[in-house]
Amino acid sequence: MLLKANRLRELALGPVLMLLSLASAGAAAAGDKVNQVNMAPGATEIGQSIYDLHMLIFWICVIIGALVFGVMFYSIYYHRKSRGVTPSTFHESTKVEIAWTVVPFLILIGMAVPATSTLLDIYDFDDAEMDVLITGYQWKWKYEYLDENGENVSFFSNLRTPQGEIYNTAEKGEHYLLEVDEPLVIPVDTKVRFLVTANDVIHSWWVPELAVKKDAIPGFINETWTKASVEGIYRGQCAELCGKDHGFMPVVVNVVSKDEYAGWLETKKAEAAEIRELMAQTFTLDELMTRGKAVYERNCLACHGANGEGGVGTAIAGSAIAMGDVSGHLEIGINGVPGSAMQAFGGQINDVEMAAVITYQRNAFGNNMGDLVQPIDVYNHKKG
Amino acid sequence: MLRVSSNPVVDTVVKLASTAVIMFAFVFVVMVPLYNVLCDALGINGKTSGEAYTSVQAGVDESRTVTIQFVATNNEGMPWDFGPSVTMMKVHPGASNDTVFHARNPLPRAMVAQAIPSVSPSRAAAYFHKTECFCFNQQPLDGDSSAEMPLQFIIDRDLPSDIHTITLSYTIFDVTDMVGGSIAAR
Amino acid sequence: MGDHHHGPAKGLSRWLFTTNHKDIGTMYLWFSFSMFILGGAFAMIIRAELFQPGMQLVNPAFFNQMTTLHGLVMVFGAIMPSFVGLANWMIPMMIGAPDMALPRMNNWSFWILPPAFLILASTLFMEGGAPNFGWTFYAPLSTTYAPPSVTYFIFSIHVLGLSSIMGSINIIATVMNMRAPGMTYMKMPLFVWTWLITAFLLVAVMPVLAGAVTMMLMDIHFGTSFFSAAGGGDPVLFQHIFWFFGHPEVYIIILPAFGVVSQIIPTFARKPLFGYDSMVYATAAIAFLSFIVWAHHMYTVGMPVAGELFFMYATMLIAVPTGVKVFNWVTTMWRGAMTFETPMLFCMGFLVLFTIGGFTGLMLSIAPADFQYHDSYFVVAHFHYVMVAGAVFSMSAAVYYWLPKWCGRMYNETMGKTHFWISFVGFNITFFPQHFVGLAGMPRRIPDYALQFADFNMMSSIGAFIYGASQILFLYNVIATIVAGKPTSEAKTWEGAEGLEWTVATPAPYHTFETPPQVR
Repeated sequence: MLLKANRLRELALGPVLMLLSLASAGAAAAGDKVNQVNMAPGATEIGQSIYDLHMLIFWICVIIGALVFGVMFYSIYYHRKSRGVTPSTFHESTKVEIAWTVVPFLILIGMAVPATSTLLDIYDFDDAEMDVLITGYQWKWKYEYLDENGENVSFFSNLRTPQGEIYNTAEKGEHYLLEVDEPLVIPVDTKVRFLVTANDVIHSWWVPELAVKKDAIPGFINETWTKASVEGIYRGQCAELCGKDHGFMPVVVNVVSKDEYAGWLETKKAEAAEIRELMAQTFTLDELMTRGKAVYERNCLACHGANGEGGVGTAIAGSAIAMGDVSGHLEIGINGVPGSAMQAFGGQINDVEMAAVITYQRNAFGNNMGDLVQPIDVYNHKKG
Repeated sequence: MLRVSSNPVVDTVVKLASTAVIMFAFVFVVMVPLYNVLCDALGINGKTSGEAYTSVQAGVDESRTVTIQFVATNNEGMPWDFGPSVTMMKVHPGASNDTVFHARNPLPRAMVAQAIPSVSPSRAAAYFHKTECFCFNQQPLDGDSSAEMPLQFIIDRDLPSDIHTITLSYTIFDVTDMVGGSIAAR
Repeated sequence: MGDHHHGPAKGLSRWLFTTNHKDIGTMYLWFSFSMFILGGAFAMIIRAELFQPGMQLVNPAFFNQMTTLHGLVMVFGAIMPSFVGLANWMIPMMIGAPDMALPRMNNWSFWILPPAFLILASTLFMEGGAPNFGWTFYAPLSTTYAPPSVTYFIFSIHVLGLSSIMGSINIIATVMNMRAPGMTYMKMPLFVWTWLITAFLLVAVMPVLAGAVTMMLMDIHFGTSFFSAAGGGDPVLFQHIFWFFGHPEVYIIILPAFGVVSQIIPTFARKPLFGYDSMVYATAAIAFLSFIVWAHHMYTVGMPVAGELFFMYATMLIAVPTGVKVFNWVTTMWRGAMTFETPMLFCMGFLVLFTIGGFTGLMLSIAPADFQYHDSYFVVAHFHYVMVAGAVFSMSAAVYYWLPKWCGRMYNETMGKTHFWISFVGFNITFFPQHFVGLAGMPRRIPDYALQFADFNMMSSIGAFIYGASQILFLYNVIATIVAGKPTSEAKTWEGAEGLEWTVATPAPYHTFETPPQVR
């Protein structure tokens, strides 16, 4: 492992490092995130004002702490019995008591003023230039760009890190656990409103550098917004415990120039059109197997295993479903098994992907059924 | 102070045990209803009223236009195709507006759905009046069939002037198993 | 109530049927320590898995069960019963009472606890595994999506809640009715005061927790929809009810710790507690405020801005009475004549680390900043600074402080000090870096993490193993003291100690204050 030597060296220096990093807390660079010790101001104005607020309170606490601990350690040193002191007997002073009730109260008012103004800024949701509906699923995010003309673009964003990296059979990549197959793309310098909801349990959508964290609650929508002023890729994670793979549903946001965004959106719309076209096509077994393998790895592998051997889910290799009739297999793929971890994938992957992954499951892992499922079969099955 | 027993220990115990019982009941008879009242009043979670709006608005405010966005989400295990027929509308406060959501049950069996509305920004919820909504009732749908589900609403003339866009979201739940069983808690 | 003039019964029946406050206190203390070890074992599994990035030891599903059980066992099994045990032992002796007001109920409130935790622990071996939704068990993860064992979890919460309520009623009844002549309220030792207030909090909020889990039970088994949007309910309602219990619960855990520290610091400073009255008022103020700040745990659920502001201001106010307490303790030390035996060391550790935890608490109260802190490791660091360095350190201090009185033998001071220093260093290595990873964006309750958090997590794990090991030393020291410690028969173990408990013989006889002392 790449970082191991470094890590051990730093561990040896553990306590020193802790002090050093505390001292440099204010100066953490946003670029290198390894051993980042402080909040990042990030790429938004709100992020900057939250950071300023955080540092203000931090320093107030440091000063009060230094005073209190200063008095305490002075007393520990000078008022020891071993120095032969006689203890005094005073035990109350109304004046002092009033002072240290009132002074902290005033300091708190000093903190509340900037905190209130930042909070009000954060709550100013209006006049967003675009809206994205974010839906939390166990365990992935779905992004839907709301379009005035109803041509909404939507897609799922899954963890891209291979199981091998997680289970230590492969070298971990730079963005281990913080990489997705398809990031959210938003334009720079644009107020983007996020509508946040969930499909099953409560999730929380968090990107530290965009200063956004909002709970995704099933049945209800929450709103929040961001306006990134620096292009770049920002990474975050689900922040609310949402079940088994809570640690494996990252958020990646790609902030791009307005032009690039417009181009990307066009491509997405064209892709959607292409998929509609693909649906009418007939694929060969090889084509379906290639597509199916990719879909399987993204959606099925976590529960059913790399070789269809099962895990949380049942085994696919040699299963009665994968080796039974096609419509039964499609039914489970599309509508899931209610009350179990097997979700209804009909609304999550498109018909081409569904056809491919069903074909893959029926022909991989030694199942060798030899039958093909075409997108049109999926479409017809959905139609009933 | 009230004494329930001449034995001071028994007196204390009886009072404290009653307090505990009262606090237990407090959760059910005070906290839950109070939360619902507060939700309605403050629009917490963007909840809108579950009953049809019957008052009459003082007339249409032509000077203002509010954009209404419609959003639909399927909850887990809900296989219906469900969505708005138009995703965006421009409306005037005080005017009555109509739209429909379409729903299709692709399964071969009859199902019952419940749509749960949520409005964003949540403080607009109190100004979003529905005169007719499919969300007021559970919606049954036979297998392999479709339905148009109507929604009729009025935006209150008193909508705060800084709100220009309102999003109405429906999350649709499969409640087939809940129907005929016990009635919802509230 | 049995015959007071006998010593303890022999054998197992002594413990099963005892109504003696000292026996019951002892059982509470041993039970809570065994739960501390169990919860600690869960923590060790968590830290071992987090030692390096990647999944090594357990799977994510089991990891979630560990975080859940660690929290539940530590809060309800270790910390709360340990202070109830301390209350049982000390309150009658501190107020000059012969026993608790309701000795029979005292026995019951203890003996329903072990079965409750046996049930909770047994869920580990059930189909679908133990509860895996965190100790805060947010719906719908804990209802619609819960493993079948959730029903057993609910049952055990009911039972341990009942135990807490009975224990609290007993404590209040004792303090209100059994004080020795002349022991007015404003003469009571601060430990008694903090426990009295804690007991009132418990009576008020444990039923609320019971209500929350009852609603869960009804949602799961009886078709209601309190927390499910589908039937007109609301998952956020669960959080409101939970934290209406949960925030006072936090003070239930820390107030008795304040009491312990307020007993010990004056003893070793050889100077009376500074600002006794203000300590009492500050405790009451904290207890009152605890009822109106619950939603600061939920800043990100999407409350109206007015709600956020109210809970932010109310939460910030808690800093005032808490500050008063810290200032009072420091001033108690000022111009005293201090010595630093183990109990005092733990109190100093408490004072420094709890204050740091208080500062991070103040930071967390600031709603806009909390949008970044919420559910990150920063929160984990914060509450371990108040729970471990607050409650557990003060509990260790209490054991060292009163152990000679309990068993008539002196513990090994060197071993005690070693225990303190290892725990102090281990604790900080564990939890200080968690502030960093939290601020850098690491969410809590994740079984695996990005590479940028690797170093600090490894440091944290090493610290946790050190801290865990130091508790074995503690156990050894306590057992060695009871079995073979240097006998002591001085009524006043500590030169500066004040209070009725130091007027009885050492070791404390089975029955004390059968004739009430006269307090002047």
